[in-house]
Amino acid sequence: MQQVTLTLPMLPDMELTASKMACAMGEHIGLSPDKIDEVQMAVVEACINAFEHSSANDREVHICLKVLGSDEQPAGLEILIQDSGVGFSPDKLAPVPTEHPRAIPRKRGHGLRIIKGLMDEVDILSSAEGTTVVMRKMR
Amino acid sequence: MTESLKLNIDETRDGVAVIYTDGYINNQGGEEIARLAYELIDKGQSKLLLNLAGTKIVNSIGISILIEIIEKMLEIDGKLAFCCLTPTIEKTFHIMGLAQYAGIYADEDAAFEELSP
Repeated sequence: MQQVTLTLPMLPDMELTASKMACAMGEHIGLSPDKIDEVQMAVVEACINAFEHSSANDREVHICLKVLGSDEQPAGLEILIQDSGVGFSPDKLAPVPTEHPRAIPRKRGHGLRIIKGLMDEVDILSSAEGTTVVMRKMR
Repeated sequence: MTESLKLNIDETRDGVAVIYTDGYINNQGGEEIARLAYELIDKGQSKLLLNLAGTKIVNSIGISILIEIIEKMLEIDGKLAFCCLTPTIEKTFHIMGLAQYAGIYADEDAAFEELSP
C-alpha cells in the first residue's frame, strides 16, 4: 500500500497544500479530473473545519493519504484528516436547505455536508481528544 | 502563504456587470468579491454575473459570503447569477442550497439571455 503523510500548521491557505497533494495522488492512481476536483474540495473543507473549529492546542492538522487496492490495480484513495482538538458531534450538520425562496441556508457549518456530498464514503471519529475525518473516493 | 484572488470587471455589457474571478475563493476572496459587488450596487447596478472560469476551488466560507451577496441582491430586487463553473463547484453550490437563489449558467451567452432586459 502506498501512502503519504504530512503535518500542516493551521495557517492561512495551508489547506491548499493538502489539496495539491491529494491532486497528485489522484493523478497517480488514475482518478478522473472531476473526481480529483471533488477530492480537492473535500480536503480543503476538512482542513478548514479543523482550522476553524478544533481549538487544537498544537495548531496542527495531520493528513494521511493512502492508495486503496494494490499497486498494480489501485481502487481509490483514502484520506485521513486528524486534529487533536476538542471534538464535536458529527450529527450536528447544518440544516438541509428548504424550498422557501427567502430561507437562505445558514452561513456556516456546511463543510461536512460538502464533504459527504463530494466523497463516496465518509466516517467521522470525534471525541474530547480530537477528530479524525476519514474519506474515500473510488476510481 | 496566501493565494490572492484576482478580479476583473466588465461594466460595458447591456445592464449587467460581469465580475471575472481568477483563483481561490476563500474568506478573503469572498470579501473582495463582496466589496466589488456592493460598490456596483451602490452605483445602481442591480444585475451581476459572476464568471468563475478562472476558479477551481471555492471553500464554504467563500460560498457563505456569496450567499450574503445574494441576500443583498434579493433586498434590492436585483439578480446575481453565475456562469462557467467547474462541475465540482456547481455540485457544491447545489449542496449548499445556493443554486435555489441564483441562476447558474453554462456560459455568458446563456446567462445574458436570462439577465438582459
